[in-house]
Formats: sequence, C-alpha cells, structure tokens
Amino acid sequence: MTSNSYPRINAAKFDHAGINRKIREAGGVCEIYGCLGERFIGAGLEAGDIKIDGVPGNALGAYLNGAHITVFGDAQDAVGDTMNDGEIIVHGSIGDAAGYAMRGGRIFVRGDAGYRAGIHMKEYKSKRPVLVIGGKCGSFLGEYQAGGIIIVLGLTENEKPIVSNFPGTGMHGGMMLLRSDCRDIRFPKNVTARPASPGDMAEVEEIIDDYCRIFKIDKKALLDAPFTKVVPDSKNPYKQMYVAN
Amino acid sequence: MKKEGQVRIPSGCAISAVISKSGERMSGGSIIESMIPMHDRSNGLGGGFAAYGIYPEHREFYALHLFYDDDARRHDCETYLKERFEIVDAEPIPTRTMREITDEPLIWRYFVFPRRSALRALQIDDREYVVRVVTHVNSSVEGAYVFSCGKNMGVFKAVGFPEDVGRFYRLEEYEAYSWTAHGRYPTNTPGWWGGAHPFSLLDYSIVHNGEISSYDANRRFIEMFGYKCTLKTDTEVITYILDYLLRRQGLTLTEAASVIAAPFWDTISRKPEEERRTLTYLRTVYSSLLVTGPFSIILGFEGGIMALNDRLKLRSMVVGEYGDRVYVASEEAAIRKMEPDAENIWAPAGGEPVIVRVREGKF
Repeated sequence: MTSNSYPRINAAKFDHAGINRKIREAGGVCEIYGCLGERFIGAGLEAGDIKIDGVPGNALGAYLNGAHITVFGDAQDAVGDTMNDGEIIVHGSIGDAAGYAMRGGRIFVRGDAGYRAGIHMKEYKSKRPVLVIGGKCGSFLGEYQAGGIIIVLGLTENEKPIVSNFPGTGMHGGMMLLRSDCRDIRFPKNVTARPASPGDMAEVEEIIDDYCRIFKIDKKALLDAPFTKVVPDSKNPYKQMYVAN
Repeated sequence: MKKEGQVRIPSGCAISAVISKSGERMSGGSIIESMIPMHDRSNGLGGGFAAYGIYPEHREFYALHLFYDDDARRHDCETYLKERFEIVDAEPIPTRTMREITDEPLIWRYFVFPRRSALRALQIDDREYVVRVVTHVNSSVEGAYVFSCGKNMGVFKAVGFPEDVGRFYRLEEYEAYSWTAHGRYPTNTPGWWGGAHPFSLLDYSIVHNGEISSYDANRRFIEMFGYKCTLKTDTEVITYILDYLLRRQGLTLTEAASVIAAPFWDTISRKPEEERRTLTYLRTVYSSLLVTGPFSIILGFEGGIMALNDRLKLRSMVVGEYGDRVYVASEEAAIRKMEPDAENIWAPAGGEPVIVRVREGKF
C-alpha cells in the first residue's frame, strides 16, 4: 500500500452497496482492503483515488466517470464496463471482457487479460478510450471494436502467442497495436495488420510513457521490438463467422 | 410482493471445486465457504455439492440418494428397489433444521448392490444395471427421485443458496478427496430440489454455469440410447452425454471434451495431421453431441475432476493451485476464499479441458 493517509475500508464488513456507500462518504479517496469478489466497486464515481488490496469482484469501475482506481493484485471480469472517464490500474492480471463497451478513460494492466478484452470499445470526438495489456490476451481481442486504442505488449514469458484466436472479429473502428511481428497470428478478413510506422508509434508515445512510469518498465527495451498495427478494413465489417450476410 | 416478470435479478450461476492430488480428505467446510463471495451469482433457487471418497466404509456399494414426496411414496419405491438390489444399509440423510431451507422432501440414502441373478439374466454389468434402474425410477416412479447413485461419492442438493444448502446437509462432517459445488440461477425451469446441480449418474457429476442452446438437438440424440431427460434442464443432458461418451463409448476425457466443445473447423484445419484426423473424426461421428452456447462445467468422477469451458468461452472460469490441491471456480475470489495463498492462477482457454487426477491408489 502506498498511501497510508487514506481512510481505510474493510471490505469484509460490507456488501458491494455498502462498500460503494463508504467510498462516497470518503469523497472517493480511500484504501479498500480484504477485498474478495465484491462487485461494482467505484461504479460511476466522478472523482477520487481508490487503492484496492485483494481481489475486487466483477465490473470493477463500471461506468467510471473520472476517478482513479489502483488494484495491487488481480481483478476479475468486465473491468471498466462502459467506463466513461478516469483510470484503472491493475498490477496483476484481469479476467474476461476487460473494458467492455468502454467509451473513455484508460485501463492499464501489468499482467494478462482473458477473452474479449476491449470488446465493443467505442470513441466519439474527444472521447478516445485506451486499454493497455502488459501480458498476453485470450481469444476475441477487440471483438466488435468500434473505436479507441488497444495496446498489447506480450511481456509474459511463456509459449503462448501474444493473442489467441480470432482477434479483431467484427472490428469496425479504432486501432490495436501488438508488440509482435504477428507472424503466427491469423486475423480475420475485416482488418488490416501491418508493421507500425514511426508515425503510429508517435501517436501512442504518451500512453507508452505513462505505462512505463506506472509499472517501472524500461521504455527503451520495451520499444526495441516489432509492433503490428491492426485497423478495420472492410466496408461490411459485420460479415463474420457467425452468419453469412 | 412483486410477481415473476416484475423482478429482474442480474445474476449467473457459480461453480467451484477443490481436489487433493494426494487423495487427502478434506472437510466440506471450505467448499461451502468458497460459495460465499459468489453469493450474488445465485438467486436462492438451487445449490448443491458433490463429494468423492466420503463413504470408504461402504466403498463396494452404490450409494443411492433419493428424494421422496412422502412416506407412502418411499414405501412403494423401496419395494421396487428391494426387488432389484441387495440393500445393506438405509437411513435418512442427516440434515440441519434451519430457517433458510424449507419445504424439504424426505431425503434418504441406501447402500446397495445389484442382485446377481438379475445381472446374469440381463447379461449386463452392474453399472449399466444401476443406470437402468435409476432411469426407471426417475422417469416412472411417482414421487421418488434418485439424485446420486455412484460408489464412495454423493451428491447433496436443495433449493436455497449454496452456502445454506451445505450447512443444511452438515457437509462439514464429511471428508472427501474432491468436492464440487454449484449455486443456481435457473433460467428455464422453476427451480426444484431435483433440478439443482450437481446432476449425476454413477460416479459422474456435473456442475454447470451457462445455458446451452443445443439442448434439444443433444436430447434427441442421447434419448436414442435409453437416457431420459426428465427435468427439461440443460445440465441433465450434459451428464448423460458424458456418461455415454466415457462409459459406453470408452472415449478418454480429452476426446470427450473435443466432442462437446469441438474446435471450429477453421481451427482444426491448422492442427498437425494426426490431431486433425482425430478431431475431424470426433466432430463427424458425434456431431449431435456438440454442445453450443455458454457453459463452464466441472465434471467430477472417481479419482478426479475435469473443468471445461465452451469453445467460445462465454463463461468465466479460473484455476489455481496450492501444494497438492487444485482449485477451480467461476471467480478468483472463490479460490482465494478457500486458499488465500493460491498460486498459478490462470484461465483455461475455451474448449481446453483441465483434468486433475488423484494419484493412483490414493482414492
């Protein structure tokens, strides 16, 4: 724990509604400890800074609207569901559907993500959500992605590919940036994958800077690798595996 | 009070399991606890547990667990059972009277063995015999329902929240080398004691989170082989499919997983030749047993468990380890409730079976 001056909330004493009540009583600034599966923590919160010790439950930071949340271990499914603004930092790994329908703000994950990270992320004018996964991702990364930026760094050392099957299925907006030459990855017909240009890298430099600062990662070493940029391609992006249309 | 249709309960089932690879027997207290952080995934209309290795003193006998509507039904059914089995022991299953669990049926257990003369006459083995008797009771004997019929294992289930169901059956007094658990949120049926999970046949038991869309296709196929889906709930058919594939067809667990959660043709086409041939064979021969729609299941069997997600992985499931223990649950929080220091937490891919066995000779 980093901020000993924050008011502390013992998650074991409350249900999820009780925890969110205590968070609001603390003006959004607090440490939650003993977390074990309590859902919806920080839901809709506009301002504040929440530090979490333990495993927060599903839909952490759902509809988050400006507050900051830091998790020192793993998080479960649907982190930042429909998040609008703010920041969620997860030092461990996250479950499925991270950043589900996210429309603003940033999610930074040090470890791996499960299936469907960034599913249906979207953007509008100045609202451009960012999801950065430090490790590797399960299948259906960026499924139906409509906007925003997904970056996967593949820092977990194992045999697995940086992303499993069917990345970008139904993708029709936004971009993905994968730290890999992606030779072993099969992308669907509706996307184009090509080596990232210096201009592409410049576009995300601020995000990479922040990521390296947060997790104390050597930026130079991180960037010393091929990156692949994935963007939608098709005029009929819904022509997919499920139905022939 | 609001009526059905006026209330929406956002929820989904919960599953969890623990197994000791060295066959060390564990009390049911811990698996009950694991369901507490996942309380909101259930809605109080079903909870249950399967426990393996709990009846070592009767390990040679099939342990039948039955629900009865009343004593008259019990007498009728016992007459039927006595004609078919040697019954070495019969007793009500001990329960705790508690506010949270109501409307309980009569709950009995019997330790039995098929009558030799009947086996000889029918020319079938004892396992097939037990399946036939249980299928008959569950489809044709009014007011009686067999919800567990394996050796040295037992299913305990009820209408209620799982943590209450566990206390109701006094599971902390049992010791098992593996436990599975389920919290129910029924989506298609009203929620009756027999419809709670696990569903079991012989020593196979299934806990399931999800809703399979292939139910009718699977049911039509499996009923050709003498199984009867009496409860109209999808999990029941998964249990019969696995009994058919494992016991009757002799498939391995991995092969059975490749049937019910078959990879896409596209994925199969990229496999090395031998694997491609096997997968193509399994998908072709058992095409009617492909289970589609979301599921995460844990199959319990004598000496092990297998956890499996649907091929699209539409439900969450995580695995963790500590010492000789392996944990599986819908949520990491449930694993950490059982073992705060659990290591190697990971999420298996869709269609990737996780098979854990107790060391030979230790169960």
